Parts: sequence; C-alpha cells; structure tokens
Amino acid sequence: MANRFWTLALVAALGSALFVWQSPIAKADEDAELWQSIRNDVFGENRQIAEGDGKLALDAPYRAEDAAIVPITVTIPGGIAAKVRKLTLIVEKNPAPVVAAFTFGEAAGLGERKISTRVRVDMYSNVRAVIELDDGSLHMQTKYVKAAGGCSAPALKDMDAALANIGKMKLRPFASKPEGASSPTAEAQVMVRHPNYSGMQMNQVTGLYIPAKFVEHMEVRKGDKVVFNMDGGISLSENPNIQFTYAVGIEGPLSVSARDTDGKVFTTSADVTGS
Amino acid sequence: MFDDGPACGKSNSTLLQRKHLNAAHPTRRTACLGLLFMGGSAGFARYFGGLQARETEAANSIEIADGVFVHQGQIADQAPENHGDISNAGFVIGTDAVAVIDTGGSYLAGAALRAAVAERTKNPIKYVINTHMHPDHVLGNAAFKADAAAFVAHHKMPRALTARSERYLRVASEMLGAEAFAGTQIVLPDQLVETSSSIDLGGRSLQLSAQNTAHTDNDLIVTDDKTGVAFMGDLIFSGHVPSLDGSIKGWIETLEKIGNSPAQKIVPGHGPAALSWPEASMPMLRYLNAVANDVRAIIKRGGTISEAVDTAAGGEASQWQLFEDFHKRNVSAAFAELEWE
Repeated sequence: MANRFWTLALVAALGSALFVWQSPIAKADEDAELWQSIRNDVFGENRQIAEGDGKLALDAPYRAEDAAIVPITVTIPGGIAAKVRKLTLIVEKNPAPVVAAFTFGEAAGLGERKISTRVRVDMYSNVRAVIELDDGSLHMQTKYVKAAGGCSAPALKDMDAALANIGKMKLRPFASKPEGASSPTAEAQVMVRHPNYSGMQMNQVTGLYIPAKFVEHMEVRKGDKVVFNMDGGISLSENPNIQFTYAVGIEGPLSVSARDTDGKVFTTSADVTGS
Repeated sequence: MFDDGPACGKSNSTLLQRKHLNAAHPTRRTACLGLLFMGGSAGFARYFGGLQARETEAANSIEIADGVFVHQGQIADQAPENHGDISNAGFVIGTDAVAVIDTGGSYLAGAALRAAVAERTKNPIKYVINTHMHPDHVLGNAAFKADAAAFVAHHKMPRALTARSERYLRVASEMLGAEAFAGTQIVLPDQLVETSSSIDLGGRSLQLSAQNTAHTDNDLIVTDDKTGVAFMGDLIFSGHVPSLDGSIKGWIETLEKIGNSPAQKIVPGHGPAALSWPEASMPMLRYLNAVANDVRAIIKRGGTISEAVDTAAGGEASQWQLFEDFHKRNVSAAFAELEWE
C-alpha cells in the first residue's frame, strides 16, 4: 500500500514537474505554482504545512560543490521525534522532485533523530524537508541550494569501477559519542554501491540515454523492529548513502534490505555491541 | 572535403592500433554525420574558420628542449578574455612530422597554437594528442581538422568525453561567450592507446603511456625519447590547485610509481612550462596526501561530507591558486571514494 502510494506520488510529481519544466522563463509566481502542484501531488490537496516552526532542522549547503552529491541532513529534536511518522525530502526543481520518503518504525527511537543523505540537484532549487506527525500535521524546513547538472552528470568518475561493484554494501555503526553515552539513540550509516541511473545520463558507447534504474526501497531493522522504510527515486545520489539514528536497547543486529527497480535485492547486517 | 576530414579519415600510423572498434565506430560516425549536416552555411563558415586559423595571431611558445615547445596557458577559469587558453599545450618537431600535445579550451586557442607551430616549422602536423578528456585540453582540436592529423588519446578517453561533451560545450559556450567560443566543437580521438605505444616523428619518437585512473580515468603521458621531456597532462598541476576527477588513491599511487624512474624534465598541465620531477611532484603529493589523510580521519570518526568539505586540508589554502574553486569539490570526491575503503 505505502509503496504503491509513493510510487504513484513520484510518478505524479514527475509528471507535473515536467509540465512546468517547459516554461522558458522562471518567475517567482511560477516557482510558487510549481511548489503548489508538487505539494498537492505528494501530500494531498488543502493540507496545511507549517514552515519554520522549529519542529525540524534542515542542513544543506547554499552552494553545492558537486551537484551529483549534495549532502542533506535533517535533525528532529528529541521531544518531537517520537511523534514523527514520516519524513519526505524534496528537490523542488528536479525532474523527479521527491528524493525519498522515510517512514519510521518502533526502532527509530525517542531521542534526537537524524537522517543524512546525498541528493542530486539538477538546477538551482529549493530543497524541502517535510515531516508528518502522528496527529496528521505537516511541518517543513526549506533551504535554497545553488547547484546544477546533478541529474545528468555521468555515473562515477571511474566508469569501470562503477559497473564492477553494483550491489556491494557497507553498514557501519558509529561508536557513541562520549557525551551521549546515555543517549537513547545511536548512529549508523548504510551505503549501497549502485549507479542509481537517473535516466538522464548518456551511454558513452551507444550515445543513447541509459534507462532509469535505481534503489527504490530500503528497509532498516534493529532486531525484528523497523527503524525506517525508505522509498527513493532518481534524485538520490549514486551509491545511496544514509546516515541515521536508531534506538539503543533493542535485541538483535542492525539489518538492511534494499531493492532496486530491476527487483534485485541487496542485504547486509551488522552486530552492534552494547546497544 | 567535410566527410573526408581527419575526424572521419583513416589512421596514419601503423604503430598505433585502433582498439575498441565497436566503441569507436558510433562516435566517429556521429562526428561524420555532424559534419555532413554542417554541409550548408555552417560548413561554409567552418571552412573559412579553417582559413582564418592561418591568420590567427600565434600563441607564445618557448623551446624548453631541442625541438620541444610549450605554450603556457593562464592560471584562470575559462572566460571571454582568455578564450579558454587556460592550460599548457605543446608540440614536438621531428624531421618528418609534428605532434601537438593538447589543444587548449576553444577553437580559437587551438588555432593560435596551430599558428605557433607554423612559426617554428613547415613540417606537417600529423598527430594531435590529448592527455585526457577535460575541455581545457581538447576543445581546440577542431582547429587541427584541416591538417591530415591523427587524433590520439587513452583508450578510455572517447567514452569519458562523449559522456560529458554536451555539458562541456554548453558550459564553455556560456563562460566564453559567442566570440571566444566560435568554431568550438568536440573532435574525438581516432587512434587509441591501450597501454603504451610510440609514434615516429622522424629522428625522434614519442612514447605514449596510458595510466590507471588518477586525475581522470584516461590520463596519457607523452615522453619525447630524444630529450627525455615528459608531457604529464593534468597528472601534474603547479601553482593551480589540482582538480580531482578520477581517483585520489589512484593519483597518489600513479605519482609514486612515476617517481621511481622520473623523466629529466616534465611539462605540467597547468603552471610553468617546465619543471624538474621533484619540484613538480612534491607539492602534488603533499596536497593529495593531506586531503586523503584528513578525509580518512573524518570518515573514521563518523563525520559527514559537509564537515570534510569545510575542514580537510585547510592548511593547503595558501599554497595554491584557484583553491576556492576546486578544493571543496576535490574533498567531496575524495570522501565519496575513500568511504568505501
């Protein structure tokens, strides 16, 4: 259900963005119109979205050094985190604006919640993080990012290495910071070797565009409890990389299962000592 | 004449083998089709562009060794006032033929280099060698299409350039402006170097050595056997901060390997016309190791790419020009590579 919803949302958002894409002159009211159409598609019509009310923080560089790997971090304070059902990341002017949607589970924990990832930015754009709380309310933070060409940049600098390593994974728990020894959450990072072809990159040999092929779903668990489910699109950078927090004190290993649009499933797990 | 130009024509060299025919074919065919489509007014303009090349003011060049000439590009980003003349290029004169090594960042820059060759010799330009696919080294290629030259590069170069050509042309056209960009187009190599090969210029030969992924995945070193001068392309930056578009680990390894038997004299891709190996390699290795070591330490303690971009190898800032333009991007790239170690 949730999967289907997000796939539809991605497709719908892509469609509406392409429609606006044709417009030759970018004007402020067209930007507003673009956001209006995206938010209607993704969150439904007539939903209120509170902006800048301190329920979350969004960190993104004003000027990105590499448009194909723009680092984004969302931090949700401890008091709010327990109520968060879902986090949606949007790069407004990308051909597929919804980067990823994270649906949190029991093992996401009650302490400060953090999600860091890397996104492609195709042209100067607002980057938006929207959280949905369990009362149904939506809260947003927005950052303007100057970067361009991220969706059509060729996959990896060493093209042979890019193809040779598809599916390789790395899951890395971080040692808890000294001052956070008694923190209810700990941090870890999952990395998947995958070109996350955007459909906008050219095959160097044939001169044809490479069809989109990307990691569309990822589930992270601690023991048998879900930390989060992620539904992703082509705006997630190649070699998807997510740094996240999870609840300490739940039995069992951290495990990750990722699936790409070809239906290939990649899994890995790690024992986390002391948590 | 357009469908029989050098970009589509036959190889002149028997020593260089044309590898990866499947890969080379479509791109060459595309180049030919492009030229055929240019058959109208654009082709006419290009023809006159070719004629004008002979009247273009010659680029400065200095003879750094017997028969080895270097044109020193500016240390700058591409701009209308430098018409993309922002990287070093050179040429080597044999008794039978001339080889040009890199062509600058626009048709105009290439034409000025071609005029510089004509000032020094009447011998024909038979080879145009690109040390890698970056626009500031290849966008002048079109100025040499009137010569019956072979375009020579690393076997991975056409793939890398084709993947980026649309963007390179768009950015160059935006940054140079219409006047400085005029005539600029992509000319892909038609002779590819698998690992190593040599070309005979008469009385001297050039050794071409394809490198593993370092500055890019298609770096080629060109060494003149008569004088021992090695054109390093962008494996060596001097003054101009290095820019990483390949592998930081590979780059360090490549420089260390070359250091075991370095050339007498080298020509950097950016910086002075000639340097000794120690003065060329020491700052490079210092910079690359500083970035790699700092980034590794940040990865190890779970730091983020943003943190690395702000702090890694900050002490190098005073040592290089254009540091702000390239350094943070280098750190991003190094981070994305080294976190997989």
